[in-house]
Amino acid sequence: MEEVIAVAIGVLAASGVWLILRPRTYQVIMGLCLLSYGVNLFIFSMGSLFIGKEPIIKDGVPQDLLNYTDPLPQALVLTAIVISFAMTALFLVVMLASRGLTGTDHVDGRERDE
Amino acid sequence: MSAMNQMIVLPILLPLLTAALMLMLGEKHRQLKARLNLLSSTLGLGIAVTLLLWVRNQGAAESIGVYLPGNWPAPFGIVLVLDHLSALMLTLTGVIGVSALLFARARWANAGASFHALFQVQLMGLYGAFLTADLFNLFVFFEVLLAASYGLLLHGSGRARVRAGLHYIAINLFASSLFLIGAAMLYGVTGTLNMADLALKIPLVPEADRGLLHAGAAILAMAFLAKAGIWPLNFWLVPAYASASAPVAALFAIMTKVGFYATLRLWTLLFSGQAGASAHFGGQWLIYGGLATLAVAAVSILAAQRLERMAALSILVSAGTLLAAIGFGQPILTGSALFYLVSSTLALSALFLLAELIERSRSANEQPLYEEEDALPSPLESLHPPKGINLDDQQKVVVGQIIPWTMAFLGLSFIACALLIIGMPPLSGFIGKLGLISALFNPLGLGVEPEQPLSPAGWTLATLLILSGMASLIAFGRVGIQRFWKPEERPSPVLRRYECLPIVILLGLCLILSVKAEPLLRYTQDTAASLQTPERYINAVLSSRPLPGPTTQNAEVQP
Repeated sequence: MEEVIAVAIGVLAASGVWLILRPRTYQVIMGLCLLSYGVNLFIFSMGSLFIGKEPIIKDGVPQDLLNYTDPLPQALVLTAIVISFAMTALFLVVMLASRGLTGTDHVDGRERDE
Repeated sequence: MSAMNQMIVLPILLPLLTAALMLMLGEKHRQLKARLNLLSSTLGLGIAVTLLLWVRNQGAAESIGVYLPGNWPAPFGIVLVLDHLSALMLTLTGVIGVSALLFARARWANAGASFHALFQVQLMGLYGAFLTADLFNLFVFFEVLLAASYGLLLHGSGRARVRAGLHYIAINLFASSLFLIGAAMLYGVTGTLNMADLALKIPLVPEADRGLLHAGAAILAMAFLAKAGIWPLNFWLVPAYASASAPVAALFAIMTKVGFYATLRLWTLLFSGQAGASAHFGGQWLIYGGLATLAVAAVSILAAQRLERMAALSILVSAGTLLAAIGFGQPILTGSALFYLVSSTLALSALFLLAELIERSRSANEQPLYEEEDALPSPLESLHPPKGINLDDQQKVVVGQIIPWTMAFLGLSFIACALLIIGMPPLSGFIGKLGLISALFNPLGLGVEPEQPLSPAGWTLATLLILSGMASLIAFGRVGIQRFWKPEERPSPVLRRYECLPIVILLGLCLILSVKAEPLLRYTQDTAASLQTPERYINAVLSSRPLPGPTTQNAEVQP
């Protein structure tokens, strides 16, 4: 399972970085989205990966990390998702404003050969 | 002590509640919101000053205040910590916040929606970032202050602002991703996010994991340093700051210092001398990164034409100086750097405000310079008037002409700002730079022979400090001649009282710092000394106990 998660994070982050370096605002915003997905998975995997273990304490199960998964990364991911979602929405608004003011979707507000 | 500990959370709560109240008031009641904003900011400044005085008057051991927002014991819950460094930054934020707000009241506050609410959220993020002692909480406060700064940067709208804002947001979103990756890696290696607990765990990290720990710390540092404006991560800064409206740019003068603060705080805690194999990890990077920033900014400032741009580049000069100075890890040097930080931040903030007033008189009859990058500095020879021309407007005798008070005010303030930023006597910028150079050559204090001669990096920093001052001198001299002495017809600008007041306050504070530098210098030296010994900080955080609630108290009474 580690390999699958690692490959997934790697693909997401690599495509995110590549898209961020592209000249169109839409590509940049997609890149930022993909990158934040990769980061969220990364935080999640930092709590070490288990199958079939819960983060919430149950009666009758000994309270140690052998029987539970670490709940903190999951809480962190939740916060990170909310924040990155809000910031991406805000970025979208600025992107539209830039499109309206400059008449182009280039990140510099003008085409390269102008 | 206990009441003071409760006060630590106020700088965060006050702006939060004020912002919420303003959002409920909606788009009407502008005057009411402006007054509310000013009242809340002034109150925040008052709280910050109270906390500062409290920290200063305590003995070194008790000078750390701890507040547990969730009433959970330290490594498990979020902790707010007030020590010398955070109290200093809080007060600086308060002063700059009030000044920027006073300036904004005259014109800018009405240039767009929700200025006052965003302003308060920005203050809350700044105060929170300076107070928190939890890595993930620091991330949250960073996002709060960034979210508000996106709105404030775009305040007033316009093509240049939206373009710069787009880059600013993209860079900061990317830096936030790096922040999360770094924080997650530190958590993965050490199993904690509490800064004090991290400092305890780092010496115990097994050798096999040390590479991962260092990689995580380096990625985290990239996020902070991008905000602090280190070269080559700072290309977003100049266009963003130069295109922001004047009061926002003045407030942003403290924003790069947040990155600097986070670097200083985490580096001195996590990689202190007691960190075992990781002691002083990355110090060389700070030094050389800071030196590169300083050199590049000093060269760029020579090419800058607009005053706003020069102010933004001066921020980079000061960021480079600070980062290089703390990288040496010497307490006296760090203390001098903190004094320099206070003086330069106040001066830069005043310069951003002043720049708009000065450019305002110019924009009446000249084309604004939008595409600044393409323009080269015009040579000063072009300023010479043709021979035989009387420069006076009405062709009167030139001698004995009355200078309008606005031009006199602007000119004198400009000279004061320039002196402060260049670091020339008699103002406090000189004391700051002198302190830095003196600390470089006498790392153990004046009169004590240093153990080893000054390193090449130290020599480079001392040289660059002087050269960058000279570059600023040339640049400010040229701009001053062009703006104030250039022979052409221009109306002297109309200034309002609210616009002059903050400049007077900021420069007045610098003047006080020049005459009465000792208390602040003593304070910053104490700060550096307490940063040098992180055990006190760690003990204060980890030994803080949650307050008993009403139910637990009852349980204790009847066992």
